[in-house]
Amino acid sequence: MKTIKQQFHRIATTLVGAALLSGAAHAANEQYFPLQSYRVGPYAAGGTGFFGGFIDYMQYINAKGGVNGVKLTWSECETEYVVEKGVECYERLKKGLNGAPAAATNPLSVGIAYATLDRSTADKLPLITINHGRTDSTDGSVFPYAFPLQLNPYSEVSAIVNYIAQKSGGLDKLKGKKIVTLFHGSPYGKETNPILELLAKKYGFELTLIEVPHPGNEQQSQWLNIRRLKPDWVILRGWGVMNPVALKTAQKTGFPADHIIGNIWSNSEDDAAPAGDAAKGYISITTHPSGTSFAVLQDIKKNVIDAGKGNLADPKRFGNVYYNLGVVNGILNVEAVRLAQEKFGKKPLTGEQVRWGFEHLNLDDKRLKELGALGLVQPLKLSCADHEGGGAVRFQQWDGQKWNVISDWVQADRKLLRPIIEESSHKYAKEKNITPRDCSKES
Amino acid sequence: MIYTEAGQFSIRYSHDRRIFRLRQDRIGITALLLFAFAAVPLLGNDYWFSAILIPLLVLSLAGLGLNLLTGYAGQLSLGSAAFMAVGAFATYNFQLRVPGLPLLASMALGGVMAAGVALLFGLPSLRIKGFYLLVSTLAAQFFVEWFFTKFGWFSNNSASGVISAPPLLILGHDFSNPVGRYLLTLAVVVVVTALARNLVKSELGRNWMAVRDMDTAAAVIGIPLLRTKLLAFAISGFILGVAGALWAFTYLGTVEPHGFDLARSFQILFIIIIGGMGSILGNFLGAAFIVLFPVLLSQLSGSLLSGVIDAGQLENLQKIIFGVLIIAFLIKEPDGLARLWQIARERARVWPLRY
Amino acid sequence: MGFFLEVLAGGLLAGVMYSLVAIGFVLIYKASGVFNFAQGAMVLFAALTFVSLLERGVPFWLSFVITLLAMVALALLIERAVLRPLVNRPPITLFMATLGLSYVIEGAAQALWGAQVHGLDLGIKDEPFEFAGLLLSQFDLFAAATAAVLVTTLSLLFSKTRIGLSLRAVADDPLAALAIGIRLQRIWAVVWAVAGFVGLVAGLLWGARLGVQFSLSLIVLKALPVLIIGGFTSIGGAIVGGLIIGASEKLAEVYIGPLIGGGIENWFPYVLALLFLLVRPAGLFGERAIERV
Repeated sequence: MKTIKQQFHRIATTLVGAALLSGAAHAANEQYFPLQSYRVGPYAAGGTGFFGGFIDYMQYINAKGGVNGVKLTWSECETEYVVEKGVECYERLKKGLNGAPAAATNPLSVGIAYATLDRSTADKLPLITINHGRTDSTDGSVFPYAFPLQLNPYSEVSAIVNYIAQKSGGLDKLKGKKIVTLFHGSPYGKETNPILELLAKKYGFELTLIEVPHPGNEQQSQWLNIRRLKPDWVILRGWGVMNPVALKTAQKTGFPADHIIGNIWSNSEDDAAPAGDAAKGYISITTHPSGTSFAVLQDIKKNVIDAGKGNLADPKRFGNVYYNLGVVNGILNVEAVRLAQEKFGKKPLTGEQVRWGFEHLNLDDKRLKELGALGLVQPLKLSCADHEGGGAVRFQQWDGQKWNVISDWVQADRKLLRPIIEESSHKYAKEKNITPRDCSKES
Repeated sequence: MIYTEAGQFSIRYSHDRRIFRLRQDRIGITALLLFAFAAVPLLGNDYWFSAILIPLLVLSLAGLGLNLLTGYAGQLSLGSAAFMAVGAFATYNFQLRVPGLPLLASMALGGVMAAGVALLFGLPSLRIKGFYLLVSTLAAQFFVEWFFTKFGWFSNNSASGVISAPPLLILGHDFSNPVGRYLLTLAVVVVVTALARNLVKSELGRNWMAVRDMDTAAAVIGIPLLRTKLLAFAISGFILGVAGALWAFTYLGTVEPHGFDLARSFQILFIIIIGGMGSILGNFLGAAFIVLFPVLLSQLSGSLLSGVIDAGQLENLQKIIFGVLIIAFLIKEPDGLARLWQIARERARVWPLRY
Repeated sequence: MGFFLEVLAGGLLAGVMYSLVAIGFVLIYKASGVFNFAQGAMVLFAALTFVSLLERGVPFWLSFVITLLAMVALALLIERAVLRPLVNRPPITLFMATLGLSYVIEGAAQALWGAQVHGLDLGIKDEPFEFAGLLLSQFDLFAAATAAVLVTTLSLLFSKTRIGLSLRAVADDPLAALAIGIRLQRIWAVVWAVAGFVGLVAGLLWGARLGVQFSLSLIVLKALPVLIIGGFTSIGGAIVGGLIIGASEKLAEVYIGPLIGGGIENWFPYVLALLFLLVRPAGLFGERAIERV
């Protein structure tokens, strides 16, 4: 009986300890990253890759002595991609770990990002939504703590349309082209429809929007419709199982895969591979090519993977799309911390200080080369008003086994999008009684 | 000895109609309420309010809504989340479009809207029974999800279709901080629960139970079936709607249609299975279980088993344990956790004797 | 007109795929009066086990046999651990137990085989060919043929074999069946095993089309309205219901969808089933319940 009692006591103390978050006793020289990861459930494939890459990059930084001597530390909390679990994890982890302060949260989930947006602002903890998230949070004057790094959803479609123009020989050649957008029946899927309509009007192409209801495991009628329309291009704005089914059904209705362009959530190996032969030739955008040839990935391999410390359960997935996104995310987070340390001192920083680092991120080709990430990460320059920074994508094509990059960086028309973003962010500010920051006064 | 009713006489009719007839119950409940309203705000921290207590209270309320329909009136429903969604979106739109309408009034109106939708999908319940009725509630589930995704007007044409809660102002007082949100949720839940407890002890509540136990027999003794069933749908819808509004406003602060999917309906069903069908207390016990169990498991594994089981397997394990527990409850204790409380109470009554 | 026929044909063939899942439900409902929500989880479990074995280098037929054995073992386990203790409980309780069961099976499947997405190639091309001006796919025809074989075999099994006859006796009146010496538990185990087999077949066909992954268990939601229209107790009904649902949902998506904004496939079958029920409360081929006090 005694042992059970002791066990119970131990459990109770750990629980109380965790609940009261009483870990502030010893101030370690560490910077903490709370990870709201997801390794099970319908989106597990993305979560394991992304967080695997992120963790491996941090291990690599630690192996090289940390960021100016400050070691990185992290702990995981499983969200299963479920919003309220993500919130619980956020609240549990936001205070840091054993005295190491939290730098930023990276939930990689639109729903969780939305639910923790207000909390992040109140807690002064940057919320990083790389390649996704709320489009209008690009406007940093209204959303000081949200960072849709690299690419927001509006830039995404704009870049795709620019690519189609490039393929057809110029923006003026878009006139009269037929483009179908097949989108997932969710707020995420619909978000870019107004932008597509705007671009269609501006460039004079014929746009048809077709919805696929969630989860998208039956698309016969949609593709029969597409067959009838005979479009020049299909933009696939899919999610999860919808992607392979779209490719398979396209094959079944005789639409060529090399005229389907997948968006940022339709661009991984797990989206193309289950479709087998039907996916051969399928094109998608990416902000970060897959592959292991980049210097930083070779370094990770040498210092982390070969040392047996890699985070991936399946080493074959090293260098795939989600993994590399995790590495890119790691690079951007660490760079922000490094930058902030230059201003605030080489010690563990608070979320507010790290935010300053994010806002002043400036990665040019020279710096990217030093990081070994030239070609993996696009040149990026953030500011108080601009929390996105890049807005460029590359295009890749599936050859049946792996992705091959087929284009250089294609820029989105960000000037065109900015007023729309500001309109939306100002509406939000009004609704929430937020006074936008005056960016000319920020240093 | 502890829980004995000896010496407590009803000398007025009003005594018979009390919500709690036993003095011990009244003292216990008062102490609990005092603790919840006065002591918890002083003791708790952000984590407890935002991640544990608020969802626990909201899910209890949702469980209560479903329990009235399924546990008391015997109509199985898998559309709970849809009614929550209606409540959340309606409350948001009342706040947005009717200037000057108090927050609580918006919530009540949101509940009324949800009641209307529930009524509509409850209409077939007279003609269709049992599993076939599931279809009606599932139709509600899928239709509502589609509806709010489709028509941007309901989310104020926000590009992403996600609604974001306005500041929680009541009589000029701001309830937006964690303690304020907790107190607001608690107050709403306590009031609605008290009403519901009264309701199930009324004639309507007894009619529900008669319909649940055998509706043909109930009709024979003169209970108006259609009215009774529809009232169950409407009242259940109202409570679920209020719960949905709380979920959106005091818990998450934002909500998207996808947040009220079928998985949420199942979650609420599990609350009442585990907590106890046909019991008010059961909803709270069931919700506590659903909220605390995963947190406990992941905290435990974090501190005791770290490294032994990886996070992914743990989640699978949790799923298996959940399923097993549901089956086990159905086999061993169909009346759920609430029944365990009852047994404890009966023990306490004869204590220190065995029986 | 050509387009209409094409959509119709596509819908009918998609309907066959729904029927395959629905047949598993009907079998179990007939024999044990359980509305088995875990059928979707069983489909997932079967497909995941099969594809994981295949990926580990086990030959096709051996994988099939091993998976089948696993499904039989699962059926025996379910009968022992879930059905037997719950005998004589209200149908709603049994339904909720199968909800719990689906959690257990899904959790176990992912714990055993991981959560990755697997591709599955059955060696049947899913490419289109023109037939009398209609666009058809070999794969769909193969699925339809499989369904036909399955239904024929099952009805032969039920009408000609001893076990089939006792099964029908149990379905008709469990008490009377017990009284004449039919072993109820054995019948249940057999039926759940057969449902497991049907689940395996459905899992392979659906898995080949979607890729084997978690969302396979969601196809149960497509099968529900099929059951409602066909009735819970008729295998023929499951086929007819599947065809009706498949054809009408595709036609609705194409022709009604644009009027109200599209994406209506998720709820349309349910509303259709609901309207159907208001006219015929026990489905097309279901048995009409007689109410007594």
